Amino acid sequence: MVIQTEPAPLLSVRNLRKYFPITGGILPRARAFVKAVDGVSFDLHRGETLGLVGESGCGKSTTGKAILRLIEATEGEIYFDGTDVRAMGSSALRRLRRRAQVIFQDPFASLNPRMTVGQMLDEVLKVHKLAGDRSGRRQRIRELLDTVGLLVESEDRYPHEFSGGQRQRIGIARALSVEPDFIVCDEPVSALDVSVQAQVINLLSDLQERLGLTYLFIAHDLAVVEHVSDRVAVMYLGRIVETAPVRSLYTEPKHPYTRALLSAVPRPEPRRDHRHGRIVLEGDVPSPVSPPSGCPFHPRCWHPLKDDACSRVTPPLESVGENHAAACIKLSRDVELPPKTG
Amino acid sequence: MPLLQVEDLSTYFSTDAGVARAVDGVSFSIEPGETLGIVGESGCGKTVTSLSIMGLIANPPGRIIAGSSIRFRGRELVDLPEKDMRRIRGNRIAMIFQEPMTSLNPVFTIGNQIREALTLHRGIGRSEARRVGIELLREVGIPEPEQRFAEYPHQLSGGMRQRVMIAVALSCEPELLIADEPTTALDVTIQAQILELLADLRGRRGMAVLLITHDLGVVAEVCDRVLVMYAGQIVESGTVDEIFHRARHPYTEGLLESLPKLAAGGRRLHPIEGTVPNPVGWPTGCRFSSRCPYSWDRCEAYVPPLLATEDTNHLSRCWLEDEPERRRTSAGAGSEW
Repeated sequence: MVIQTEPAPLLSVRNLRKYFPITGGILPRARAFVKAVDGVSFDLHRGETLGLVGESGCGKSTTGKAILRLIEATEGEIYFDGTDVRAMGSSALRRLRRRAQVIFQDPFASLNPRMTVGQMLDEVLKVHKLAGDRSGRRQRIRELLDTVGLLVESEDRYPHEFSGGQRQRIGIARALSVEPDFIVCDEPVSALDVSVQAQVINLLSDLQERLGLTYLFIAHDLAVVEHVSDRVAVMYLGRIVETAPVRSLYTEPKHPYTRALLSAVPRPEPRRDHRHGRIVLEGDVPSPVSPPSGCPFHPRCWHPLKDDACSRVTPPLESVGENHAAACIKLSRDVELPPKTG
Repeated sequence: MPLLQVEDLSTYFSTDAGVARAVDGVSFSIEPGETLGIVGESGCGKTVTSLSIMGLIANPPGRIIAGSSIRFRGRELVDLPEKDMRRIRGNRIAMIFQEPMTSLNPVFTIGNQIREALTLHRGIGRSEARRVGIELLREVGIPEPEQRFAEYPHQLSGGMRQRVMIAVALSCEPELLIADEPTTALDVTIQAQILELLADLRGRRGMAVLLITHDLGVVAEVCDRVLVMYAGQIVESGTVDEIFHRARHPYTEGLLESLPKLAAGGRRLHPIEGTVPNPVGWPTGCRFSSRCPYSWDRCEAYVPPLLATEDTNHLSRCWLEDEPERRRTSAGAGSEW
């Protein structure tokens, strides 16, 4: 008899919380907390891309930073390849940074304006003692530039001499220089024009295939996330409200928030019937300092079955299909939802 | 007579590197009540076009080149004295911008800023202005408008601020509203609210809208007609259906192909290779030729004019309209995208 075991996830996050204190008053102590991430759990398998999507302030970037310990989590567990990330000391952390890297939205702000691209990459290689001596490093730098589609001559140029898309390629080259297994991509294409955005998206998927990379892809653009992800988690006010394989999430969204979010995306197809199926949510996202009681989405929820229970019960993420979970207490009932949109 | 008629508009800027021809010979018109979209990527000249119409080009470094004409209800706006321009700007043509926080004054209340517009442009008295102002806030969907009237911009969310900007713009009952990336800074659920509001207001007030955006989805949803700009020129113009279903210009085709679409099943994107050329030295010939998969020697040597296509009023600045057989023979190039 063959016993099949599920391979261990590369990254495992449980009940992650990050509260930012708001200080003030005469004594400098926390008067309140911004609950940026409020109990997030997920697994990420090798070679997979998990898309983390949501509107501004939902906690998606904070989640990414907490995983890499660019900021310290308040609570929860983070295991990378079986090792407890939150317990790591400085040398273990340095080893982690060789395996887990990050790409940011604004490549210009994340590149040193006074270093040429070559110097910047050389520094990384030196710090991590990679690619051997000077000539070895030089060769590796040229290889990296070629990998991300930049000319070898780029080596001697400064960040300001490049366009937005090229700068993002430099950011990617820098992340790749340590040969990581895992990259947190934090809004990597949001600042780019569509024609260039497509170049960078294709580059990221080619690299994933070639180097077997695992991505946590954080973005607000639902179409971009659909394009790159294997699985998607939708966040609202610091929590994951729905998670599913990409196809199910986009074709059969269950959570009322996900459904409203997808229906709100303007489609580049001039058909007059779009706006009829649209769910336009009322009001704004509430403040994460004092999130609503019960379901965080209940004040804006359009679901016909919404009632008092929604403001009392915090809904857990419960299975609503194969590998598909949503946090809504009204989903377990067998009710016909209004016609699908889009 | 069209509401707005722009003819051969060229707006240049002096820079250290030379003269940047940001807008270079743009012509179009807007009919009363119509929504026209200008779409294009950063640096294509769409915002400079709108600022030129509003008379908001700082000189120096910018200048509108002789021979350019912008007529509003038949009246020439280029070189109109500032005093006269002020009577049109805000009154008959209003504008809203991407970032409402930078266009609202942080030290004055919302009410103060709406009242200023009403008393200055429409000569309404102070107490009457308060009543009209609250009514406007209600019209643009601000809850508890009486209370909001006394609040400052920082107390409002991004979506609410954009509603306030729209209320200020509407205060003079303009015939033309220029909206420059009005929803770009907003989250998608808030963007849906604002687009709904704009469509609603347009229907109710019958005003024309010039919508400037990089978002093809927004254009498809709100516009009647579209101009596609590239490198300071209009490269294609037509109805939304023509542009999205029967795009003629290789740049428009490329834009649509490079866009990730919802529920498209993860097909590979087809980016446009290369980057936009430098406005200080536009290439001779077609400005898109260096990135175009169809390009041949004629494209590099001669600038194509806006040529007629099979559809009436659907124009494309591309030699393919003149040599359509080239599209077929280079069909391979199309699939390579």
